[in-house]
Amino acid sequence: MFKTFALATVAAAAIAMPAIAETYKVGISAEPYPPFYQPDSQGNWSGWEIDFIKELCDRIDAECVVTPVAWEGIIPALNTGKIDMIIGSMGITPERAKQIAFSDKYYDTPTGVVALKTSDVQPTPEGVKGAYLGTQSGSIQENYVSQYFADSAADVRIYQTLDEELQDLSAGRIDAVVGDALAMQPFVDSDAGQACCEYRGAVENDPDVLGRGVGVGMRQDSTELLAKVNAAIADIRADGTYQKLSTPYFGDVDIFGE
Amino acid sequence: MPDIDIATPLAPASAKTMLHGLRGFFLPHRIAMALIALAALAAMIAYMDWSWLPAYLPRLWSGLGMTMIMLVASVGIGFLFALPLGLAQVAGPWPLRWMSLGFCTVVRGTPLLLQMWLFYFGLGSLFAQFPEIRESWAWPYLRQAWPYGLIALTVSFAAYEGEVMRGAFAGVPAGELEAARAFGMSRGKTFRRVWFPRALHRALPTLAGEIILQLKSTPLVATITVTDLYAVITRVRQSTFLTYEPLLFLVAVYLCLSGALTIFLRWMENRIPSGG
Repeated sequence: MFKTFALATVAAAAIAMPAIAETYKVGISAEPYPPFYQPDSQGNWSGWEIDFIKELCDRIDAECVVTPVAWEGIIPALNTGKIDMIIGSMGITPERAKQIAFSDKYYDTPTGVVALKTSDVQPTPEGVKGAYLGTQSGSIQENYVSQYFADSAADVRIYQTLDEELQDLSAGRIDAVVGDALAMQPFVDSDAGQACCEYRGAVENDPDVLGRGVGVGMRQDSTELLAKVNAAIADIRADGTYQKLSTPYFGDVDIFGE
Repeated sequence: MPDIDIATPLAPASAKTMLHGLRGFFLPHRIAMALIALAALAAMIAYMDWSWLPAYLPRLWSGLGMTMIMLVASVGIGFLFALPLGLAQVAGPWPLRWMSLGFCTVVRGTPLLLQMWLFYFGLGSLFAQFPEIRESWAWPYLRQAWPYGLIALTVSFAAYEGEVMRGAFAGVPAGELEAARAFGMSRGKTFRRVWFPRALHRALPTLAGEIILQLKSTPLVATITVTDLYAVITRVRQSTFLTYEPLLFLVAVYLCLSGALTIFLRWMENRIPSGG
């Protein structure tokens, strides 16, 4: 008797579930990526992309739980259902698009080179001749470096996090870092960055390697979610919310690109 | 023809024992387990995605080379340091004894990963601040990552083996050393002919295990940008988005390496006479 009752309750709860807001696990990289996302000392994540996630989830009537995942395993984590979306500055590349579905882009940033003031590194294959370059493991910049710069550079060091690369750059153990220009901006503006290094400009774009902006990653069968996310991104862009989100972090710089 | 008479009873007997030995080996459960293992291997090869392997083969080879260099060099150099570390704790004057005891305790009491990062991100960044070092001949080496990985692995191996050798030196019966002295051997000769060989033989089985452990510590160098085998596999995972295939490949390679090492070290052990 009790068993039947319990079963009925469970069944009723299961039916009632969809009425409540859907809960999605949103994957970001476990490594901080300021100013897009970084944890404070209590482990609470904040940053431009965290604000964006909140805004997006409000608009698709969903509860979102920010879930840090090791970057190299984030696509398998999505496809095996450990997370439901990737909103972690993931560039839309043809290689990744074979594995997962991408929304329209929600920001776009050039790949740039920050170099020691004492070096004469330029963001071209000839300009990095004989230089020690740093780049982040599993990033679109790593692919770009291995395709365009690896032959002329003296050595390419692959780091787990952007922080470590910039630390080694300011220590002078590498000559330049090839990375996301926006993500490197806080370092270039900092005292340590001002003292040692400067931004040498963006590399020549190759959309096949560097992608077509940054999009929300979803499983390929999440077509319904994809449509909702795309609509929400268009809304955020159209009603001025995007500007409101970006100004505290980037000032007048337009991070959406053209 | 006496030789036939001797040969005939021998031949079936030896065949019989061989057959018996084989039957002993091929027990039903062993056959079943071997078949399951073979089927699993065949399924992995047939149903999993190995198309990335040829393209990455050159990089995998150079990664394997780096792993082997790290292992062999850190074990070799580390053991050279372990001998005086062990000896000083057994027979050294007290300052040396306390220093080596302190060194072994500190290194063995802290994580290897932490030591490696202290060397690379700590010491390495410190070096870079001195123009004298930056302009010296050593800078092209000091700015690389592998020297720090090698130093950390070597220091760790030296500390663990220093402790092993301490026990081994202390465990050689005093009577044997007294007997050597009674034969008129000098202290140096006693060490070379009796103390060291007897201690080494005692330590060998432990050393063999520690070398396998050292092999499994080498992937830590990937965290300080050294491209060893593990780092190459990480790269494969990132660019192919595969999880199991590269990791299973890594499992197979490390298993083969530790298997080969075990056989080699067992062979070494058997070659060194026990002497007692």
